[in-house]
Amino acid sequence: MENKTVNIKINGNDYTVDGSLTILKACRQAGISIPTLCYMENICEEGSCGICVVEVAKSHTLQRACITQVYDGMEIQTNTSRVRQARKTILELILANHPQDCLNCAASEICELRKISYDLGIDETPFEPTKDLDLPLDTTSPAIVRDLNKCILCRRCVKECEIVQSVNVIEIAGRGINSKVSCFMDKGLGESYCTNCGQCIKVCPVGALTEKNDVDRVWDYLADPKKHVVVQTAPAVRVALGEEFGMPVGSLVTGKMAAGVRRLGFDGVFDTDFAADLTILEEGTEFIGRLTKVLNGESAHLPLITSCSPGWIKFIEHFFPKCLPNVSSCKSPQQMFGAVTKTYYAQQKNLDPRDVICVSVMPCTAKKYECLRPEMDDAFDHWKDKLMLKDEDHFQDVDVAITTRELGRMMKEVGIDFEHLPEESFDSPLGESTGAAVIFGATGGVMEAALRTVYEVVTGQALPKVELEIVRGMKGIRTADIPMVSADGKEIIAKVAIASGLGNARVLLEEVSNGTSPYHFIEIMACPGGCLNGGGQPISNDPNVCEKRAAALYSQDEAITIRKSHDNPEIKKIYENYFEKPNSHLAHELLHTSYVERDLYELEKEDN
Amino acid sequence: MKIYRIHALICAGGQCISAGGNDFEAALRTEIQKHGLEEEVQIVETGCMGACEMGPMMVVYPEGTLYIHLQPENAKEIVEEHFLKGRKVHQLMWEKAEGHFPTLNEVPFFALQTKIVLRNCGVINPENIEEYIAYDGYTGLAKALGEMTPEDVVAEIEKSGLRGRGGAGFPTGLKWKLTAQAKGDQKYVVCNADEGDPGAYMDRSVLEGDPHTLIEGMAIAGYAVGANQGYVYCRAEYPLAIQRLQKAIQQAKSAGLLGNQILGSRFSFQLQIRIGAGAFVCGEETALLSSIEGKRGEPRKKPPYPATCGLFGKPTLINNVETFANIPVILSKGSSFFNAIGKEGCRGTKVFSLAGHVKTTGLIEVPLGITMKEIIYDIGGGIPGGKVFKGALIGGPSGGVIPSSQLDVPIDYEHLNTLGAIMGSGGLIVMDESSCMVDIAKFFLQFTVGESCGKCTPCREGTRQMYEILDRISCGEGREGDIEKLESLGKVIQDTSLCGLGQSAPNPVLSSIRWFRDEYEAHIKKKVCPAGVCTMTKITTNKEEPRRGRKKASTRTIT
Ligand SMILES: Cc1cc2nc3c(=O)[nH]c(=O)nc-3n(C[C@H](O)[C@H](O)[C@H](O)COP(=O)(O)O)c2cc1C
Ligand code: SF4
Ligand code: SF4
Repeated sequence: MENKTVNIKINGNDYTVDGSLTILKACRQAGISIPTLCYMENICEEGSCGICVVEVAKSHTLQRACITQVYDGMEIQTNTSRVRQARKTILELILANHPQDCLNCAASEICELRKISYDLGIDETPFEPTKDLDLPLDTTSPAIVRDLNKCILCRRCVKECEIVQSVNVIEIAGRGINSKVSCFMDKGLGESYCTNCGQCIKVCPVGALTEKNDVDRVWDYLADPKKHVVVQTAPAVRVALGEEFGMPVGSLVTGKMAAGVRRLGFDGVFDTDFAADLTILEEGTEFIGRLTKVLNGESAHLPLITSCSPGWIKFIEHFFPKCLPNVSSCKSPQQMFGAVTKTYYAQQKNLDPRDVICVSVMPCTAKKYECLRPEMDDAFDHWKDKLMLKDEDHFQDVDVAITTRELGRMMKEVGIDFEHLPEESFDSPLGESTGAAVIFGATGGVMEAALRTVYEVVTGQALPKVELEIVRGMKGIRTADIPMVSADGKEIIAKVAIASGLGNARVLLEEVSNGTSPYHFIEIMACPGGCLNGGGQPISNDPNVCEKRAAALYSQDEAITIRKSHDNPEIKKIYENYFEKPNSHLAHELLHTSYVERDLYELEKEDN
Repeated sequence: MKIYRIHALICAGGQCISAGGNDFEAALRTEIQKHGLEEEVQIVETGCMGACEMGPMMVVYPEGTLYIHLQPENAKEIVEEHFLKGRKVHQLMWEKAEGHFPTLNEVPFFALQTKIVLRNCGVINPENIEEYIAYDGYTGLAKALGEMTPEDVVAEIEKSGLRGRGGAGFPTGLKWKLTAQAKGDQKYVVCNADEGDPGAYMDRSVLEGDPHTLIEGMAIAGYAVGANQGYVYCRAEYPLAIQRLQKAIQQAKSAGLLGNQILGSRFSFQLQIRIGAGAFVCGEETALLSSIEGKRGEPRKKPPYPATCGLFGKPTLINNVETFANIPVILSKGSSFFNAIGKEGCRGTKVFSLAGHVKTTGLIEVPLGITMKEIIYDIGGGIPGGKVFKGALIGGPSGGVIPSSQLDVPIDYEHLNTLGAIMGSGGLIVMDESSCMVDIAKFFLQFTVGESCGKCTPCREGTRQMYEILDRISCGEGREGDIEKLESLGKVIQDTSLCGLGQSAPNPVLSSIRWFRDEYEAHIKKKVCPAGVCTMTKITTNKEEPRRGRKKASTRTIT
């Protein structure tokens, strides 16, 4: 019955459509657009805002296009004065309780409420506010600021957190006019089990959810002549930053990005990709170590699970603390980069590490949280005795993490004409990277990069084809068997799995947790599609945004001559000159970390 | 079975009890003991008799003497005079005219009613299944299981013309048919006993006064639609109802009328009670189902309707208490009996809770199609104190006002709709000339504003805006254009709210504007309240007014 086609009329014209469609989808197919605010396909289909109402013959009320299925003989009117009046009134009602400070709202440019209001010709709302619109901001989170004054109760964030991320940390509390999006027990987001993934920011149609703005801190460092400020840019930033300047989705802007940040006044323009290569050597070695042990009948924690995604790390710490031994002890590339900057780089440049400032530009909001983690100050510990540092000298490995969006704002602030910037390259020594590092930005990229190296180490031969198509794609969970023959002739089939989005991660983790996981190696990214769709990326309404950004990353991989991490000459050099070898003692001190078992209500416990 | 000379039926409905009915009963028992009449007089505690305004009350059979407003000190006189000497105590009886003291069946309040749903309320002891059985109880179920196929049962209900009494008046037979035809390994029958309308208590009366009729009705429904599990979702504020229903379920189980293989048939039906948290919107069927599932009680989208995808995603039949209470009678007496009551398109009776400015208030059951005039003047006895009738609000807090010019319109779903009112739960509040329509509209809107779940914009924001405007008008701060604003906003809220709460919330406002526009205009233009109810000035209290809007043009940036 579901897939039968039905005959319907839209605005007087006949259409034959799939009977399982909603009015909204049928109209879109027919080229008729219907405004929506609360709707997100398959994620938020609650019909709460009411903007999408249409007239359906024989229904005595207007019907919500987003949740009403078509039926044979249905007659739909999308553009009657009754419909327009209803949509307008609903918008006016929303606007009455919405602070209209568009001038200084971080979401101004992408605000869907502003756009719909403009499209529907709202000039002024006839209604007065019925709520206190001066509630304090929730600034408890290191990554996300919540402004409930601006919230229009569309529930998209709630559904994103619930359905996509399976974190469920925000929910609707209270009734009627007093209902609001609330965190567990009405606490601040920073006092909850929020993972800081920022996916809620990406779906907020207004400016109620934004990243914590750290731009001013970066300006302050840049203005301080005593500081040597270096910047690292994550792989996914280069395939999204252009969008902030109106370039098409999927534009690869590596060279312009390097030129742009250089013009902001950084003393060293580096690439997180360098640290991504470092990660592969550390993590690959760790994986081979554990796999060998297991193959030799010894015990080791398999599957090994990647650790690059700090939202994911907080998730497992809260929800599956018992599985933490399975997580790689490697720091994320951001943090490896920070530690290297303030040790190896400082030493090479003869800089006092206290004067080195490491700024990172990330596609991710959780990175703001990660750089604050107390475990992430290994450079300070490293120097503490050597330089007789005092407690007040304390510094973090990475001082500030800003998002792609924030970088875009900084460049706009100083009037950089991004599209016409020349292509420039990164500085040496921390600017050299490989194709393997670039693809870290897409889901499956870490796995592919690791396998390029692991395969070679185990088999003594290069992969038959360097592109491992089998681990690519945008499906939430992917698995693959990678057959390898070791140098001594043993046949090994490495079973790998990749998940992006925490809801998908949860599925794989349930298996690890109950001991049924068949995999040796699992890559997990907190954001659906990987970092290229991170919570700090430009907000796009292109439905294929992930695919386009991924294509740009893979094209850059192909364009680089060195495509395996262990072939990166700067990486070879850093091992020769500094770390000695992967997983060495010094590597463990600076490039590895430990995790914290948390429960869901840790702060409640602390309070008591 | 013992034969008693006298049966004293004491109303144990909520209102009689809160008026001191228990104390009277205790005193009566003491007196009976004192005079050694235990073998001759049987005291029966019944469910609500309906004439709540007369309580605490007692009916003495065989003749049907009606005693009202009873106090403990009256017990002695009743026993010594009436029970011993056969002399009725006139000063405790209802007096129709000087010196004329009618028996129960002659009192117009009772005489003009037609009782199907409430047939046993006030007649039998609700805690005794045998009394229910003695009054034809469970014959409908026996007939269904013994002589009819499930399809026959559905057809019989369809033929009866019964429509849902929970508010919307959806044809019950059709709902049963859809649920019966829905595919599913598991189906449920749910009874909506949430009764969130503060002025309505017919469901409670059935639960307290005749719980077995609900059990029988639900079991028949289970058989008809193919469900073996039923839930009664009852509000927590009804402890006595829950207790009596629980007891009745136990009794029915022991008697083989509930549980496995009922009456030796292959049909099994389990019944459980779920207690609701009391939010009005939880009475909305999809919100109710979410609540049973342990989720936030919020309406969800329809379709899919519960008949195909209800409780736990399974086909679910959900009906109101009053709807179920009709079922045993339809089956035992046949659909033609039921069909003869009421009018084309609205068969049977409806229970109303009659309140406000009317001489006799209480629960009444009348055939559908009756006029408002008959209810107010013939049954209710008219307006007290020589005052003039002004309007009646029918349908509960989201009902509509009916003015005196429309008193002859028959009460049925369609006519009420055209008048801007609804049947709703059956709340009926009569207002005399001393009531202000703006004030009444504001009062009821305040209720719905407070009960909106907040899920959808038009209801959450819109009803609140309407309330603000009404508040302004009643404070003498009404502005030119406010009436038009209320009308256009009200229409949008009706048109676009997600569930019935929002869709009907503007009714009191819109209908009162429709019939009493001049009164609104007097408030706005002349700054007077013709009824003298509204203060027409802003009352300033010490309580700090909630802050609205922003204190200043904000220059904050996100930090
Ligand atoms: C806000 C709201 C409150 C409701 N409350 C009740 C209620 O308390 N009891 C009830 O039986 N139906 C209530 N209903 C109606 C139910 O949604 C549903 O229509 C009814 O239970 C169906 O039963 P029926 O077909 O027997 O009428 C309510 C509806 C709305 C929109
Ligand atoms: S940041 Fe992620 S985990 Fe936190 S509330 Fe938003 S979606 Fe949920
Ligand atoms: S109409 Fe009111 S009660 Fe119903 S879903 Fe909308 S907000 Fe909730």
